[in-house]
Amino acid sequence: MPGFRRPSHPVQARTSRPLRPQRKFRPGPWALALVGLLLAGCQSAGGAGGGGAASQRLTVTGSSTVAPLAAEIAKRFETSQPDARVDVQSGGSSKGLADVRRGSADLGMVSRALGPEEDDLQATTIALDGIALIVHSDNPLPALSEDQIRGIFTGAITDWRQVGGPPAPITVINKADGRSTLELFLDHFQLSSADIQADVVIGDNQQGIRSVVGNPAAISYVSIGSALQEAGRGGAIRLLPLGGIAPTLANVANGSFPLSRPLILVRPARGLTPLGQEFLAFAASATNDDLIRRESFVAPPR
Amino acid sequence: MRAAEDRLLLGCLRLAGAAAGSIVLLIVAYLLAEALPALQALGPLRWIRDASWHPAGGAGAGRFNLSPMLIGTAAAATGAVLLATPLSIASALFCRFYAPRRLGGGYRRLVQLLAGLPSVVFGFWGLVVLTPLIGRWQPPGQSLLAGILILTLMILPTISLLAESALAAVPRAYGQAAAAMGLTRWATIRQVMLPAAITGLSSAILLGAARAIGETMAVLMVTGNVVRTPASLLDPVRTLTANIALELGYALELHRSALFVSGLLLMGMVALLVGISEALRPEERHG
Repeated sequence: MPGFRRPSHPVQARTSRPLRPQRKFRPGPWALALVGLLLAGCQSAGGAGGGGAASQRLTVTGSSTVAPLAAEIAKRFETSQPDARVDVQSGGSSKGLADVRRGSADLGMVSRALGPEEDDLQATTIALDGIALIVHSDNPLPALSEDQIRGIFTGAITDWRQVGGPPAPITVINKADGRSTLELFLDHFQLSSADIQADVVIGDNQQGIRSVVGNPAAISYVSIGSALQEAGRGGAIRLLPLGGIAPTLANVANGSFPLSRPLILVRPARGLTPLGQEFLAFAASATNDDLIRRESFVAPPR
Repeated sequence: MRAAEDRLLLGCLRLAGAAAGSIVLLIVAYLLAEALPALQALGPLRWIRDASWHPAGGAGAGRFNLSPMLIGTAAAATGAVLLATPLSIASALFCRFYAPRRLGGGYRRLVQLLAGLPSVVFGFWGLVVLTPLIGRWQPPGQSLLAGILILTLMILPTISLLAESALAAVPRAYGQAAAAMGLTRWATIRQVMLPAAITGLSSAILLGAARAIGETMAVLMVTGNVVRTPASLLDPVRTLTANIALELGYALELHRSALFVSGLLLMGMVALLVGISEALRPEERHG
């Protein structure tokens, strides 16, 4: 019968004597030694890494929004200053402020402008972060008011008809908890994360853009840099103006776009080590504009 | 009497085996260590009793209900296995017993290619093509259904290839005996080949299920990721893997530790599957 053609089952060994006498497997010293080795490896990797005594260190702590950019800038700084080490640790803006005041960090990363009660610190803006509300390019609505946006994201408004558009149920696309764009959005509209009634939750900006492109009834918010790039490439999205201000990089840079914030490095008023000053000047210089763009931030006016 | 090379080989094999085993143990130990702060701070019940998943608020204000995601993971994996199993067994039977030799070989290559496609490709296709398609029918389209369909595509080649090799391992004499008795091809398959290969087939399905549970990127891109127990196939779900991938980069302290609890839960699910497959396996000891 033609169906069964391949005798691919293993040939049964007639003399099937086991290679060695049957014995229960003992892990033996091999395994223990190996596990010990691996554990030891983990520990030394987890430690502070030692470092040469001669190398100069700089510790930067704070906002997890700023940290990826600061880490990239630090990497570039280290290649130009081979004996310098810059440690970038994220832990939130408040940790950055506290560490700089306490002196346990040289510089703090903060993802907002400093308030009047924080005049004991000095800020240097290294980039600007703005977010834009985006809808599908087929959506005819020219703009939404802040109340309408609040209503849409909290589930009070569920159909485009209610805000003057063609009837279609609104797909609300929100960011996952912990994302800085979510924080800025919540902060601006005075919402808490639990208030938002999302239909879709996304991770990064690209996923948000793709989701809006694929769904004419969707609304989302993403980093303004990546939204403008996509719209400029002819992607089927449109950025909504906010409070009458057009969502452009220029308006983020000059501070007039409402949904934006500066990303700053703070230093104590008492002063800074020479290495710290050098790093600060480097971080604020135009050499890092490509890194700023890559992280979807906006370069500040220089 | 044993030659020196034999001892060397044995040593190398022991070393490799110990390395493989200790990696798993190390991962479990690491997961436990990272999850411990959250388990201690929150106790065992808040993971299923809290009102929602809003883990950023700390032990007091935060909400830590993982059960919608547990259900989402189980629903997506179960749906995918239910869809993929008949398709892949049919594909294995076609390839092994019905396809002409040339066609069967070419078909197998195609399935192998499908098995090797990176998951992000499936995910991107799902996000750009599949979800808008579902969305045109029932917006938003990012849903449990989309996740199930993508997962089905991804585990289909895995189950199919493993099922085929299970069928190939059935001794040739069985088929010859069935042919000698004048059974039709379908009767041979149904009454001889499938029962004889059932162990291999079930472990193929369980491996597919484990892959479906562990899949992250593709699922994250198409399921909508809203933390809510799905009431229908068209509701969005978030799986445990997507939860970790979405939030780990930004999570601090207790939130971070809570994500390791979802990792632990995931490990538990896969361990359970492996346990089931071991229990189903009849006595078949390798020396």
